[in-house]
Amino acid sequence: MKTLPRFFTFAAPSRFYRLSGLLVPWLYGVALVFAVAGLYVGFFVAPTDATQGESYRIIFVHVPAAWMSMLLYMVMAGWAAVGWAFNARLASMVARAIAPTGAAFTFLALWTGAFWGKPTWGTWWVWDARLTSELILLFLYLGYLALVEAIDDTRRADHAGALLAVIGAVNVPIIYFSVRWWNTLHQGATISMTAAPKMATTMLTSMALMTIAFWAYAFAVIFTRTRAIVLERERHTEWVQALRSSSEVVAP
Amino acid sequence: MIWNSVGEFVAMGGYGLYVWGSYAVVAVWMLVEPLMARRRHRKAWEEIMQNPEQDTIDETAS
Repeated sequence: MKTLPRFFTFAAPSRFYRLSGLLVPWLYGVALVFAVAGLYVGFFVAPTDATQGESYRIIFVHVPAAWMSMLLYMVMAGWAAVGWAFNARLASMVARAIAPTGAAFTFLALWTGAFWGKPTWGTWWVWDARLTSELILLFLYLGYLALVEAIDDTRRADHAGALLAVIGAVNVPIIYFSVRWWNTLHQGATISMTAAPKMATTMLTSMALMTIAFWAYAFAVIFTRTRAIVLERERHTEWVQALRSSSEVVAP
Repeated sequence: MIWNSVGEFVAMGGYGLYVWGSYAVVAVWMLVEPLMARRRHRKAWEEIMQNPEQDTIDETAS
């Protein structure tokens, strides 16, 4: 255990606070540039789909949002577990900061899925394996948020949240493989989509650009929220007070 | 060029409601969430500025 504290000093909230403050504007910039490029390719380069018409263009936000919803859950559960096991302050704070964004992407995946399902399946919602497991993911995020908010003691809240997050992580592979394990109305994995080669290329390009944009966006907003949580929790520490006395009214 | 007019673009081949209904909610959320996160950060900072701590804790001790 001797090397652990040294390792975690790099994850010190003070260091993270300074570094992330520099990164956030750039991350928003990357998100904006890639979103514009992705939307341009998605709406002006990718052709009309032979069977679904223009409705398929929802895919460019639907799939990245769904990917992010699952990925962020795993990252949240991972950091929550690290924070719990090693008492790493920053890890627990990051886990807490991820939850609202993860919940939002889950909601957006369900919302855009409904708006895509209506014209293609004729229904906003079906209780099939993919949709139901994604809805459970939303409830897991909301349950995590409600649980940690309900417990006043920060450390106990982090631990309880970590337990819920880790147990709930079993749902993520179920979502991912649901289209293979069960006979669902939802189509199979997007990457193996069979379409005319040229069309698939431009569609995949747009989706890839949008995915990078969503990643950068998620990093930016989660970093900003983590910075807020760092200040909320570390206000008694020397480094925050030093920052305070050396700063103007605007937050550094 | 896929679209011959702005009207055609907006109509999305008859799927305008579904396409724009999806994109609008995503766009609104992605504008609101960063503002909410920023406000939370600013509030935390203002709290610190208004209430200086008397007894600070050395972070390396914890």
